[in-house]
Amino acid sequence: MIKNISNLGDAAIYCDFGSEVNKEINYEVIKYFKTLRLKNIKGITNLAPSYNKLIITFDLDVINYKELVEKIINLKPDEISDSASKRKKIPICIDEEFALDIERVSKNTNLNIKEVYKHILNKDFYCYMTGFVAGMPFLGDTNKNIRLKRLETPRVKVPKGSVGITEQFCNIYTYESPGGWNIIGNTPVKVFDKNKEENPILIKPGDSVQFYEITKNEFYKIKE
Amino acid sequence: MSIEVIRPGINTTFQDRGRSNLYHLGIPFSGAMDTRNLLITNKLVGNDINDAVIEFALQGPKLKVKQNNINCVVTGNVSFTFKKNSKIYNGECYKTFDLNNNDEIDIISTNNSMYGYFSISGGFKIEKKWNSYSTHLRSKVGPNKGDKIVENDILQLNKNVKPIIKKSIDYSNSKIEFIRVIKGTNFDYFSKESQKSFFENQYQVTNLTDRMGMRLDGNKLNNIKSENIKSEGLIKGVIQVPPDGKPIIMLSDHGTIGGYPKIGVIISADYDKIVQLPPMSKIKFKMIDVKSAEKLFKLYSMETKNILDQI
Repeated sequence: MIKNISNLGDAAIYCDFGSEVNKEINYEVIKYFKTLRLKNIKGITNLAPSYNKLIITFDLDVINYKELVEKIINLKPDEISDSASKRKKIPICIDEEFALDIERVSKNTNLNIKEVYKHILNKDFYCYMTGFVAGMPFLGDTNKNIRLKRLETPRVKVPKGSVGITEQFCNIYTYESPGGWNIIGNTPVKVFDKNKEENPILIKPGDSVQFYEITKNEFYKIKE
Repeated sequence: MSIEVIRPGINTTFQDRGRSNLYHLGIPFSGAMDTRNLLITNKLVGNDINDAVIEFALQGPKLKVKQNNINCVVTGNVSFTFKKNSKIYNGECYKTFDLNNNDEIDIISTNNSMYGYFSISGGFKIEKKWNSYSTHLRSKVGPNKGDKIVENDILQLNKNVKPIIKKSIDYSNSKIEFIRVIKGTNFDYFSKESQKSFFENQYQVTNLTDRMGMRLDGNKLNNIKSENIKSEGLIKGVIQVPPDGKPIIMLSDHGTIGGYPKIGVIISADYDKIVQLPPMSKIKFKMIDVKSAEKLFKLYSMETKNILDQI
């Protein structure tokens, strides 16, 4: 259910589904997002779903805020079929070459390195949203014992494929980019592939993701 | 049928009206920063208004044409020269001119503005990616492998089937005293004094400005609630305030998700104007409501249409 609808500027609608971050609320966001994608309402130019908000942008030459809000309020979102969400297994290498912050994570959580990875490898994470940069998945929730803040000084360049953790979340850097998450490994898999015209992202909102460990040799083999 | 790039200029890319419906993947609209100048450019050279043009920032490219009877135009507030049959001429913006094989055009700089545009009749031979010719550098999506145009690139041209028609229009980038802003979804995160000072004091555009965003310097805004929000979608024109209290305006190539409070959003009618402000420019914001913003957009749209109709 949408708790509150307001305007974000003059050409976007801001749908607020609540302030908490959990699967139930995110499921509602995704439901509205998917329904709107299918409905193709004239004038809508973009949809940005996130943990608990949905932003809808529109073409002011075609429709205005009041007219579109009416349509959103009257929208009956379709239930999502179970088959739409998939389980994805993502290989990661946790060699020290890639796990740039593991020692810091270990120190700040008072867990040894093995214990840290126990909370990351072979655990089910839920994909809340993708974005910031193309295809970057925001996964959660991690175990309470490994929740850390972002780095005080973000890295200027986080290597592509890096797997990072912060707060109750986990993500994968789909491009080399600046960033402040605690990096604990790297995946050789293409999580965003622009050459896949219809389906460029590997992990979609609503999917479930598990990381499994691979060796450095396997890492470079997959990378090829 | 091509153009050789002798000097690429700064942030020179192919752009059109932008790429819709991919926010959920993390891909913003991109597109020409100054939409009105994009439309005028296309219309002047007789192309479809949705065609791609070359956008440059501050310094433009130096190009050599490898084809006879090329009809070109430069728009914006731009100084440029062209060399025709070894003679150098000063160029005039918003006025088409024709070049022949081995002639050159040298786009020296934008004046008191950020972006300028260049195109030719018939357009460039490039391919659409996800329904758009726009380049998004960060995700490397768009023509030219999603990259900037670089030295020695050879830009292929479409065959121009239409006869060369000389066209010009008297136009200059619009100037306004205020940038108009609608209150953002986190306006109440800021102290009463900061809410007031945001609209009373001037801000200055810093050097940290590009197609992704524009950092401002000025009165520090005091956040009394929370320096972060749960990450959520962003749109172009949003003014975010990070913990240092200095506003950042999201522009066409912005990251699609952000976690800083949103103090305001630039109205659609003023977007073309704010993007043209170069570093060191002073900005003053003015608060208006949605209804007024819609009226201003209607005016902006009508004005754009009138300009295009005159061409």
